[in-house]
Amino acid sequence: MFEFCSDPSVLGDFQWLACYLTTAKHANLYFAVGLVLVLLAITAPTALAFGFGAATAARSKFRPLAWLAHGYINLVRGVPDTAFFLFFVIALDQAFEWIRHKIKCPDWDQPIRQGNDFIVCQAAKLPLGEADQWVHEIYGFFIAVLTFALVFGAFAGNVLYGAMRTVPRGQIETAEAYGMTPRQSFWRILVPQMWVYALPGLSNIWMVLTKATPLLFLLGVEDIVYWARELAGTALPKFTDYPHGDWRMWYFLALLVFYLGLTRVSEIVLDRLMIKLSHGQATTGGEALRKAAA
Amino acid sequence: MKKLVLSTLAAALAGGMAMAQDKTIRLGTEGAYAPWNFVNDAGEIDGFERELGDELCARAELTCEWVKNDWDSIIPNLVGGNYDVIIAGMSITDERDEVIDFTQNYTPPDPSAYAGMSEDVDVAGGVIAAQTGTIQAGYVAESGATLVEFATPEETIAAVKNGEADAVLADKSFLAPIVAEDADMMFVGEDVPLGGGVGMGVRESDTELKETFDAAIQSMKDDGSLNELIKKWEVASTFE
Repeated sequence: MFEFCSDPSVLGDFQWLACYLTTAKHANLYFAVGLVLVLLAITAPTALAFGFGAATAARSKFRPLAWLAHGYINLVRGVPDTAFFLFFVIALDQAFEWIRHKIKCPDWDQPIRQGNDFIVCQAAKLPLGEADQWVHEIYGFFIAVLTFALVFGAFAGNVLYGAMRTVPRGQIETAEAYGMTPRQSFWRILVPQMWVYALPGLSNIWMVLTKATPLLFLLGVEDIVYWARELAGTALPKFTDYPHGDWRMWYFLALLVFYLGLTRVSEIVLDRLMIKLSHGQATTGGEALRKAAA
Repeated sequence: MKKLVLSTLAAALAGGMAMAQDKTIRLGTEGAYAPWNFVNDAGEIDGFERELGDELCARAELTCEWVKNDWDSIIPNLVGGNYDVIIAGMSITDERDEVIDFTQNYTPPDPSAYAGMSEDVDVAGGVIAAQTGTIQAGYVAESGATLVEFATPEETIAAVKNGEADAVLADKSFLAPIVAEDADMMFVGEDVPLGGGVGMGVRESDTELKETFDAAIQSMKDDGSLNELIKKWEVASTFE
């Protein structure tokens, strides 16, 4: 990076550190920070959408749909994340490839399952075998978002389902008295009011989600915890220009600061959101706001 | 999201149609086991197996690409088709041979060794660290010593240094540079001969690829270039 980095062994402490922290290997760590933030930014709204869909379906008058939604919420919440990640992702990936195999290679005469092996024709591979590494990484990232959204969507679904039932019955009754259809009272009365009840539960899920990213390595996506561990490990002079001992404590300390910072920012945003949502609500929070203003 | 899935799938289907059929071989490795395979300062995979793999691919006239994968899931991802070859210092054992196939070995069977902080460690009855899913972990479990397992090689060394384990059992070539650098660490007890050498893992159905690499390894053995590579990286004893 810097010009004086060509021979790190003769540098002073500060310059050594400056060179060390700007190696291409460290760039991977900085990139991973961005990756995690982007992943969270995409996953959170997607999971919320999954949860909203599941909660709405769970309230449906059409029984099979409600059963399906309840089944999804309870099943996914009950399976350990690691097991879900290992099984579901491999299964999902193979399902995609199986479909492509059936479409693209109708003349294929060998079985797809041969003992332990899962074999589809080359053209059905996802991503294609000859695709660049970044295509594989984008694909892994996409699978990660989908899996995270499914898992955390189930938790969000349960929270939203409970929040929808907590909105006082009187509110809906009034809406009906005004002649609103069920659809109108759902979108105009129930949904705007439920968020204040859902927010504490949703903020919990958000906090858990921010810390769940090390699971990504199971999918081949290298997150910050992976790179911190990789960089912190003992580096012998034989294999690097920047030898050092076991520095895991320092790297994990940096991770700690990163996650605490993320938590603090989340808290501030969520607190503001809570105040905004509490305005005019028949809750103690809403009452406190009314009194403060009066 | 559903729509996104479908449209991505459709785009992938359409894109794939035009592609040529000749294939890139994806080589899976761990990237945390110097000198065999590790990530260098430039963030690239480096080491004995990087050089070996590139040379073998050149000899077999294959286009190869490197992929990093967690050791724990390195076999499931091979049989699942995420890459085509495991080249990660994996010893050839009967147990693994039931699930995947191995090429001929590219390093001869070599001893594993114990490393600890003092001479008088009881390797037969003490607490021994080893990496999960390795032949060394299997050996310790049967030896009567108490086994503590770790996901990465780095953590097994750290366990010895912080006193959690009395000694670590690993490939001698992996421990040698550590013992040489670190004044506190030393080899203890007797060396243990384990496994049938290190080979490349391929899917059992991939006999063609296995034969291709077998031939390439043989040609490197014949002209002595494999021995040179082994000496350069000090990973094992050489072939005769």
